[in-house]
Amino acid sequence: MKHFDVIVVGGGHAGTEAAHAAARMGASTALITLRGQDIGVMSCNPAIGGLGKGHLVREIDAMDGVMGRVADQAGIQFRLLNRRKGPAVQGPRAQADRNLYKKAMQLEISSQENLHLVIGEAVDLILECNAVQGVKLADGSEIRSKAVILTAGTFLRGVIHIGEEKRSGGRMGDNPSIQLAETLDRFDFSLQRLKTGTPPRLDGNTIDWRNLESQPGDEEPTMFSFLNTKPFAKQVSCGITHTNEQTHDIIRQNLNKSAMYGGRIDGIGPRYCPSIEDKVVRFSDKTSHQIFLEPEGLDVSTIYPNGISTSLPADVQADYVRSIRGLENAVITQLGYAIEYDYIDPRALSASLETVLVANLYFAGQINGTTGYEEAAAQGLVAGLNAALKTKNREQIHFSRAESYIGVMIDDLITKGVSEPYRMFTSRAEYRLSLRADNADQRLTEFGYNIGCVSNTRKSSFYRKMHDIDEVSKRLASLSLSPNEIGGFGIKVNHDGKRRNGFELLALPDVSFGSLEQIVPELTDVSKETKDQIARDSLYSNYLGRQAKDVQALKRDEAHQIPKDFNFAPIVGLSNELKSKLNQIRPETLGQAGRIDGMTPAAMTLILASLKKITASGGSND
Amino acid sequence: MSTIYALATARGKSGVAVIRVSGPDAFCELSKIVGALPKPRSSALRKVRNACGELIDFALVLTFEKGASFTGEDVVELHLHGGVATINAMLGVLSENKNLTLAQPGEFTRRALENGCLDLSQVEGLSDLIEAETEAQRKQAIKVFSGGLGDKANVWRKKLIRAMALVEATIDFADEDVPVDVTPEVTELINSVLPELQSELSGAKAAERIRDGFEVAIIGEPNVGKSTLLNCLAGRDAAITSEIAGTTRDIIEVRMDLSGIPVTFLDTAGLRATDDTVESLGVERAVSRAKNADLRVFLYIGEQNFTHISPRDDDIVLHAKADIFPNVVDGISGESQKGVSSLVQTITDTLETRVAGASSLIRARHQEALETAILMLNTALEHLCALDDKSEIVSEYLRIAVRALDSLVGRVDVEHILDEIFSSFCLGK
Repeated sequence: MKHFDVIVVGGGHAGTEAAHAAARMGASTALITLRGQDIGVMSCNPAIGGLGKGHLVREIDAMDGVMGRVADQAGIQFRLLNRRKGPAVQGPRAQADRNLYKKAMQLEISSQENLHLVIGEAVDLILECNAVQGVKLADGSEIRSKAVILTAGTFLRGVIHIGEEKRSGGRMGDNPSIQLAETLDRFDFSLQRLKTGTPPRLDGNTIDWRNLESQPGDEEPTMFSFLNTKPFAKQVSCGITHTNEQTHDIIRQNLNKSAMYGGRIDGIGPRYCPSIEDKVVRFSDKTSHQIFLEPEGLDVSTIYPNGISTSLPADVQADYVRSIRGLENAVITQLGYAIEYDYIDPRALSASLETVLVANLYFAGQINGTTGYEEAAAQGLVAGLNAALKTKNREQIHFSRAESYIGVMIDDLITKGVSEPYRMFTSRAEYRLSLRADNADQRLTEFGYNIGCVSNTRKSSFYRKMHDIDEVSKRLASLSLSPNEIGGFGIKVNHDGKRRNGFELLALPDVSFGSLEQIVPELTDVSKETKDQIARDSLYSNYLGRQAKDVQALKRDEAHQIPKDFNFAPIVGLSNELKSKLNQIRPETLGQAGRIDGMTPAAMTLILASLKKITASGGSND
Repeated sequence: MSTIYALATARGKSGVAVIRVSGPDAFCELSKIVGALPKPRSSALRKVRNACGELIDFALVLTFEKGASFTGEDVVELHLHGGVATINAMLGVLSENKNLTLAQPGEFTRRALENGCLDLSQVEGLSDLIEAETEAQRKQAIKVFSGGLGDKANVWRKKLIRAMALVEATIDFADEDVPVDVTPEVTELINSVLPELQSELSGAKAAERIRDGFEVAIIGEPNVGKSTLLNCLAGRDAAITSEIAGTTRDIIEVRMDLSGIPVTFLDTAGLRATDDTVESLGVERAVSRAKNADLRVFLYIGEQNFTHISPRDDDIVLHAKADIFPNVVDGISGESQKGVSSLVQTITDTLETRVAGASSLIRARHQEALETAILMLNTALEHLCALDDKSEIVSEYLRIAVRALDSLVGRVDVEHILDEIFSSFCLGK
């Protein structure tokens, strides 16, 4: 019988990232997937990154994960969103060539040491003493392991809807995982339904591009990976078109045929990614909606019309598509559909993504109620690292809200659960000004190196970068200029008698690195990257002090661990509602407890007092 | 960990008042204010001065080292003379220090608990203690909400959520069909909340006065009969009176009850230019106290000619010595008691109006929250007007403002902001 340290079930974005992370940590890892050629498939739109999502990709890359590198390989149009706003809210995004993406991902997986691909369908878990010991495959064989990561995506009891037609499937053309879902039924996990949808795919050769607006990529493309500086593939533009009143009429007249509006779907869909039916109904006063025509690749003509996902029947899809400018003769190559699937209430997970109920079993990705490749991959990273650590009997790692978007997402999932497919937004990160895409490596690479998932190549490139930044920072910090001296260089400043260092100068309005070069001529030789990074770091320095205080308070609360068997019921003074929430969510720290909906400072104090009592007596609080 | 301070003894007049400061910056910041600190667990008498170098009080200063104090942190205790004004002045000095924060109710105890300074039996007793605190908070909340603050707070909450949603929509959905420029609506929303916060805050002053008493200053040139009027109001010889101009040098306070409203009358030095050092100090002090008083009674003879300070708001202006000048319309005299009951009535009426306008912000932390929110909203407005896009900074200030108001408006979660975004804009390309 085969034996591995870690088994990863599923070869999607969560699975590949999880398997690669575990293997980087030195754990012998098996990646079980239905078909080897499906590794790296983008089931939905051919794009990576965006706001919040781009931050996640950068963080994955900072930990030496694969998504950023692969997306750079496959990127055919790079745009830094919010370029005109501050760096804290800029998100890198790229259109990806599906085939290049798959190819690059498959290469990463096959070339990674300790990582073995197993083709098959996992149908059951091997359990001993309430701990997972491996998986059973559909062919009856067994594979043993010390930890198992399930990344089943939308495959758990997946049902695809196109109009009144309904078939089971995990993705168009793939079978769902029914047996695995039934296996999970045996445990006490709370399984619920979510839905999502995709638009019809179009043949780009049948689109009339002449009258359509075109959206090129950035002139200076921003890469995902800190290791890359420029794109690998040829760069192309996207097209833009709009729906019109006629489109909306067609949709309105056929609403009853839509799977979502015909009452055939119970799952809850994402509000930020509504179907075109939803848009027409909920925003009936809008006469037009924007559609991005995204190329799926350089050597395929398929176009992904982003903005018109639907579960209407085939004939209606064709009708409304052809009512749109530029798409009058468009041929649909694959119908749009809605998909309903099971997810597991993520409040059943700990911060390492291990389930509380079954030891050594981890969940990552869409199975936890999230949406998006980036969210899935980030969870894969967390689960992969922790599963590998667990097999080595090392302590689990915890990503904090104060240090990463990954930490924000995991904490949201395990504390608040989800009510719709969870997507990352920058507004979810309360320390947004310090958690920037540009400083993901400064926040995480050293941490990654210390736990063992970052290669020496990345480490030395990171230390080189930090060395350059430190040198210049020291020079800037050592500056001390009076307002008069500053004024002498033509820089406007308050004559308040206060001497300023280089950083304080940079924080002044209208002062750029260029203005400093006349004061410190040797700064001229500093690389543009170093200058840009220091400028971004100093831009928010005024606000970071305040945030640092908040972070300290957060860390203080996070330091109060709540034992796994802690019983909230006997605490006098807590409302029953809070008690039941606490017993369900089982916060791991006082900080996490504080973020539970409805929590009050008084209740926090009661919990803390009770915690102190048991630490002092060394026993349980029953 | 922040460094916190609060009055540890009851408010109001007392022999000694203790202000406690606890946290990592306690020693450092307090040594700036009182000078060299005594060795831990010993005491020293120190002069306490405000930022202008003005002497506030002589304080007995005690220090307790981290690990050997009530909270487990570095603690400084200031034992001051227990006058309301002294306490307020001292709290004012501490509040001006950016590294010090006014403690939340029960925060010293909470820290003591967190730092393991209370033993097991004390911790067991604490549950009951905290219970009592929660009950008090509940009662206060009921009082606040039944006073209509709840309705107002809900309106603020709605508007601030809307403002944050607009800003966040332009950030998180930059690539989608959202308005590019939300500045006008956000500005309007903030501008509609700000004056309400301000008026609530001004009502807070009245609420505080109901607890601590209003101050009414009697001012005027020397020898117009201010002290005589004070004695007449007090019904006793509280102030020395004489024919000699400049008799009153220091401020004389008399506390009284006017129809249930606590009022402190202040008799002040007569206002005039003088070469006498002591008298000119008295004049300076009179002006400063009169400016800060809730109401001023101006006494004049002949021409109304107020050089040092001018009447404002509801201030009362009366012709002094009505016993000698019987024909003036607005005359008053402490000597003959003419016009005194009418003055008392006017003062009572004025203060009653203010009492009626008192807000439900009876706690200093509520006021502090409002002050922070007002400052942050104003700063957000400034950044909104900036030429380059500073959405993330505007949003940061809005977030701090809302966090400061959390205890009044209820917690605003990011989900509430997303709800507003999704219900307002058609998102999803």
